[in-house]
Amino acid sequence: MLEKQYDIVIIGSGAGGGTVAQELAPMVAQGVRILVVEQGPKLEDHEFTGRERDMAESLYEDGGGVLTADGTMTLAFGRVYGGSTVVYTGTSLVAPDRVIREWCVPGLEHADVERRSQKFMAQNDVHFLPRVLINENNRLFVSGCSRVGAKAEQFPLNLKGCKGSSLCNLGCPNAAKMGTHRVQLPNAEGLGVEVVTRATALRLEERVVVLRVSDKLPGSKGLQSSWTPGDYRVSAKLIVSCGGSIGTSALLKRSPVTARIPRVGERFTCHPAHILVAEHDQPITNDVGHPKSYYLDRSENEGYVLETCMYFPFITAKNLTGFGAEHSTLMRAFPRLQMILVLACDKAVPGNFITVDTQGKAVVHYTFTPAVIRSLVSATRMSARIFFAAGARRVHAPSADPPLIEREQAYRIDDLIVERHFRPGRISVSAAHLMGGCAMGMEGTAVTDSRGRVYGVPWLRVADSSLFPDSVEINPYLTVMALADRAAEGIRADWGELGR
Amino acid sequence: MSGSILLPVRATFRAVAVTVVPEASSLGPDAWTEVERVVEQSLASRPVTMQRQLVTFLRVIEYLPLLRYLRRFTRLSPEHRLQVLAGLQNSGQLLFRRGFWGLRTLIYLGYYTRDDVQSALGYRAHRDGWSARRTTGEVRAVAPPGDSSPHDAI
Repeated sequence: MLEKQYDIVIIGSGAGGGTVAQELAPMVAQGVRILVVEQGPKLEDHEFTGRERDMAESLYEDGGGVLTADGTMTLAFGRVYGGSTVVYTGTSLVAPDRVIREWCVPGLEHADVERRSQKFMAQNDVHFLPRVLINENNRLFVSGCSRVGAKAEQFPLNLKGCKGSSLCNLGCPNAAKMGTHRVQLPNAEGLGVEVVTRATALRLEERVVVLRVSDKLPGSKGLQSSWTPGDYRVSAKLIVSCGGSIGTSALLKRSPVTARIPRVGERFTCHPAHILVAEHDQPITNDVGHPKSYYLDRSENEGYVLETCMYFPFITAKNLTGFGAEHSTLMRAFPRLQMILVLACDKAVPGNFITVDTQGKAVVHYTFTPAVIRSLVSATRMSARIFFAAGARRVHAPSADPPLIEREQAYRIDDLIVERHFRPGRISVSAAHLMGGCAMGMEGTAVTDSRGRVYGVPWLRVADSSLFPDSVEINPYLTVMALADRAAEGIRADWGELGR
Repeated sequence: MSGSILLPVRATFRAVAVTVVPEASSLGPDAWTEVERVVEQSLASRPVTMQRQLVTFLRVIEYLPLLRYLRRFTRLSPEHRLQVLAGLQNSGQLLFRRGFWGLRTLIYLGYYTRDDVQSALGYRAHRDGWSARRTTGEVRAVAPPGDSSPHDAI
């Protein structure tokens, strides 16, 4: 096994890792050696083709279809230079004051999260798209909301030179999305931070990361790793785990030196999501323009958020309930489809947690609580009303049986979309906002403090969405960056002691 | 598990596929090979146990209809095939519902990621976005991509 030595090793290059790398990068000038370890490859700009299967395989863990233990939900997260910031839609929201207060993390104030979020909004060119670039899929959502007495809000987006390819979730082919791969990582590398890609953190030892660098497979996308393939033992004075909710929790669970830390893997939560589809009489602009420009926030009282969305043919097919001629008919209506993404705001509960199997691979145990099912059904009803108010001919509702609801049946929405038709395993549910597993909080009740310092392990920090003690109830990347910024600040403050 | 995962159950897989996606019946031999290659490639990165479960599940689908129709799945009429698969989809057993969901997802993966199929659906996402539509003259003029002045509401 090859040996390497650094002062700080950051595991992961997404919203957490990219931010920590950038914020610590000025320390390189003081002689501090910093390494970022990324499991996935770094793609060249021309490799972002927008082709559904190629990009899903290249950018996501398991092609975006990681299954929960009982196989009733798929989880999507990035495995590439830039992590999930490569594959999100750039929606940039500040965590609500209410949520941060409910988290009850000593030392964590909403004003601080907001201030840091705004810093990254400025850095990432966050702005509202001009009206003229909003497509009909989004406009119909806004008008539908208005007609049912709700007010859709516009997403601030971190885009620069967006051409409206609609391919955000497959990695922007125009380099327009300001993820960490476009902003924070290049900044960090420019100041001397090293990044090694195709490098999987196998386990942690005392102040050591054992990692495996893989060769590039023939025909696969991405640059070869800058390190020779093989196993490495990388020692460091400080290790910062930023592998995301699942990655960090699994790494700590499978490492003998951290496996006994209490509460690792607990408080896992996510935003279980349905993709809802409605058919209009006429074609609409749906697969051109930014796909997710508006949302309707009903998180506080009804436990859900509706967002505009537009997915690709396979993802759409997978998310429609059923099969056969009816399913095909809806697929053939693709140019006439309007879509809404329904996100349930799930609360962390003891039965949902992350562990590892005998091979050390993450296993996510997740069961839909009655509250989540209620939220998804309620959100589906609201979406159906919005679709019909926007002029849709028929609506596909997973929690209806049969799932297709015709315009003439719109008055029966509450009777047709009901909880008993929410049958796990029959309907598609997916989640992309994965949170918890190394929750912040008071010592004795949590894994880390509010700056990601792991209790009882002075050489280990966490700086990613695993820190969330509960759901953030919005798209999470800005909050991850804010918390990572706090973690980096804590490292700089502690470096006098850590760096000895 | 090495070699072709689907080879021992290919006839059942194709019979299920054309029931799940009726248009798949028009696929030629090369297209079928490509669909199966995509499915197998997806399975290759999954645990071997999952690959075995898929093969077992396809065998269950093949022989399950003997109990009710006295025929194997591949020898059933299209209508009876639909009934068998609907029974799995709506089964009271999570194992069957989950198994069928996984199988149909793989079929959709193999079929709906094909370029010719996506074109036939009318899916036209293009890296040049609005500009690509503008050149076809079908979409209203849009502001240049650099124009990103904030506004609050539509």
